[in-house]
Amino acid sequence: MVKISVNGTMHDVDAPPDTPVLWVLREWLGMTGTKFGCGIAQCGACSIHIDGQVTRSCMLPLGQVGNAKITTIEGLSPTAAHPVQKAWLDLEVPQCGYCQSGQIMAAVSLLKQNPKPSDADIDAAMSNICRCGTYPRIKAAIHAAAGNAGKAGAA
Amino acid sequence: MRLNRRHFLTVSAAAGGMALGLRATAADGPSDVGIWVTIHPDDTIVVRIARTEMGQGTLTGLAQLVCEELDGAWAKVKYEFITPEANLAAKQAWGSMATGGSQGIRGSVVYVRQGGAAARAMLMQAAASRWKVPVGECSTSDSVITHISGKTLRYGEVAADAAKLAVPANVAVKDIKTWKIAGKSVKRLDTAEKLDGSLVFAIDVKLPGMLNAAIAQCPVFGGTLKSFNAAKIKAMPGVRHVVKVDDRSVAVIADKFYQAKSALARLPIQWDDGGNGNVSSADIAGFLSTGLGAPATGTGLKAGNFEAAFTGAAKQVEADYASPFLSHAAMEPMNCTAKYDPGAIEIWIGTQNGDSALAAAAEAADLPLAAVKVHKHIVGGGFGRRGRQDMVGQAVRIAKQVPGVPIKLIWSREEDMQHGFYRPVTMARLRAGLDANGDVVALHARVSGQSIAAFAAPATLVNGSDPRMFQSWSKEEFGYQSIPNLLIDQAMRNTHVPVGTWRGVNTNQNAVYMECFIDELAHAAGADPLAFRQKLLARSKIHLDVLNAAADKAGWGKQLPAGVFRGICQNAGYGSYSAAVAEVSVSKKGELKVHRIVAAIDCGNVVNPDQVAAQVEGSFAFGLGAALFSEITIENGRVAEGNFDSYPVMRMEDMPKVETVLVPSGGFWGGVGEPTISVAAPAVLNAIYAATGKRVRTLPLRYADLSHA
Repeated sequence: MVKISVNGTMHDVDAPPDTPVLWVLREWLGMTGTKFGCGIAQCGACSIHIDGQVTRSCMLPLGQVGNAKITTIEGLSPTAAHPVQKAWLDLEVPQCGYCQSGQIMAAVSLLKQNPKPSDADIDAAMSNICRCGTYPRIKAAIHAAAGNAGKAGAA
Repeated sequence: MRLNRRHFLTVSAAAGGMALGLRATAADGPSDVGIWVTIHPDDTIVVRIARTEMGQGTLTGLAQLVCEELDGAWAKVKYEFITPEANLAAKQAWGSMATGGSQGIRGSVVYVRQGGAAARAMLMQAAASRWKVPVGECSTSDSVITHISGKTLRYGEVAADAAKLAVPANVAVKDIKTWKIAGKSVKRLDTAEKLDGSLVFAIDVKLPGMLNAAIAQCPVFGGTLKSFNAAKIKAMPGVRHVVKVDDRSVAVIADKFYQAKSALARLPIQWDDGGNGNVSSADIAGFLSTGLGAPATGTGLKAGNFEAAFTGAAKQVEADYASPFLSHAAMEPMNCTAKYDPGAIEIWIGTQNGDSALAAAAEAADLPLAAVKVHKHIVGGGFGRRGRQDMVGQAVRIAKQVPGVPIKLIWSREEDMQHGFYRPVTMARLRAGLDANGDVVALHARVSGQSIAAFAAPATLVNGSDPRMFQSWSKEEFGYQSIPNLLIDQAMRNTHVPVGTWRGVNTNQNAVYMECFIDELAHAAGADPLAFRQKLLARSKIHLDVLNAAADKAGWGKQLPAGVFRGICQNAGYGSYSAAVAEVSVSKKGELKVHRIVAAIDCGNVVNPDQVAAQVEGSFAFGLGAALFSEITIENGRVAEGNFDSYPVMRMEDMPKVETVLVPSGGFWGGVGEPTISVAAPAVLNAIYAATGKRVRTLPLRYADLSHA
């Protein structure tokens, strides 16, 4: 048994310590908002927060979590009212939506560290893949959530 | 096809009411007013959707069209997917569920508008009957029926009565100019559930007692499964079964997918490569290049006498181009959940074609069509890949070996990338003759490469030729038909690699070939690339208007910052007309930056301008990502790439700003999901030439040396 804290709740997980946190969340805890995309930390669909810092969970072994607090898309806001979620809604960011849990988690982490990111800051921080190509709207929504409405990049 | 109420009820009873999503009519419950609309007593409107939602926004656009004709209150609109079994039982009353070819809206528009209009007529008639007044004295707006006397009834108050009426045929639909809901940038109906992890994609399905499966397919196309040693992994954690799926694949079934995947990686498997184990991309390139000068296997547009005019031209220009295989690489890896019970099969799937997913399940289960239930989920990226039902057949064949237990099959990213139906590899040889004035007097486009039809639907070949290899160059699409001596032909060169529809299909490759070559001709003629095209398109106003719209918005000809250069192109496909201007810079060392794209599209009528813009933005991510970075190569008969580390795609840092210009000229319904992908790469390639003097004719661009003095 491994103890982990997810979205403020402690869980006992009966999985080997080398099990990636992505699969612990999805299959042991039944929380499917965090997505499987590549399995090698390339695409970012599995992004979660470890003590507020964005982390790709598909290559993070359960045994390495220790006392750190995990936050997933389900735990970001009880009413989906986080400023980043609201900006995503206002600017109609998602297309298929599959990568958006990860994109939102990455954006929240970025804004925590850099409340007023420039376009270049966003380019550097937001490396998650979106095959639908919502990048211009993600960028605009990050600016909107940061209160940088005047700097929003998309039309 | 239209259903009258009696037929509708018969169908409903035969297939069991709720299972169909067709509810019994009761005064205190929701009522089906025709087949497209359900209205609740509180005025909630549920619009039925048959096409797939995979991000392209079709779901919202279709609901807008229905609600517009219904005169419903948009704020109270919800959606519901019609199930494939309901569509089957009702003899395709909801039309085709196939969602591809940018047909989601334009292919449904006639019957969904009719469906909304019929429901409105039924609601008005129900109100008129209750009031005992002529229906002609009633009007509708915002889900309210108003009589000339001023009295009103809400839709929710008369829906139960309306549901009992016959569905009228041939109801007039509105003049598009009067639209209030359609044609507007209303918000998508499916956004909120994509922001908090609550949307259940097929890969997220949870069922009581469910097991999970990981699959390994013969890495060499055309090869087979020889043997595997299940005993080696049977004791691994969670492993329940190791099963042969079909002649070319084996699956491990475990409690968790992670366990199945881990065990599969340790499973000793012997494959037979079927004789294709030595084929490489170099072999395929050699094979295709034989088609550049060989006799044609099929001819498309033909006018005048190309060879004579070319030979006699003042100036001759020739160039060869090449495009690689590409993977769809949708973010949601292929998956399907299936549960088999004697005489019944149930599947959970994200598919671009619910009708054919049902048929594939029935075939794999060896059961009649009526024995299948399909749970159709919102799709985590399709791009043409999910028009194929291979994962359905696999999941069903796995589930059939463990009756009564739902089994979720998930492909690893590596399986997904190495067992696709790839965008076909093609090459092209373009030749043209210019006269002394620099006018094009002769043009020949020869495309040599693989045919999707030959692989997937040989019956659709026409005299051994695949007309779809000429997509964008048909009589209806090709803008340069004023060229007096014109020849477009093909040399089919089919490989052992499976090919399929990749968003934009052949329009993407063909537009690179034609629009980069036209750019070469403009420079050969000493002409401005825009002016050269304007002259060629002088007799095709619809192409010209779109081209000019992009050029105007981009400020073609105006001063750019130092080091920034423009490229332009235009193309038609999927019933729409597109053009783009790219602004790029290339450092002396050859580092490319795409700064800005201006894209114009004329899709005839626009149902949701903001969603059209979203599709255009996404099309440039898809098209430019492919052109800049992506390539599937073949080594030892198999795909060499396995994941996003070896198959790079567009990411934020390389994504340009995209400005969309909508120039709907009305009078037709063109597609939106695909057409503008085709103008992404040529605009950038032409801008690179302007910046560097270098023509990149082989994709992807990342292998090209763009350094310049």
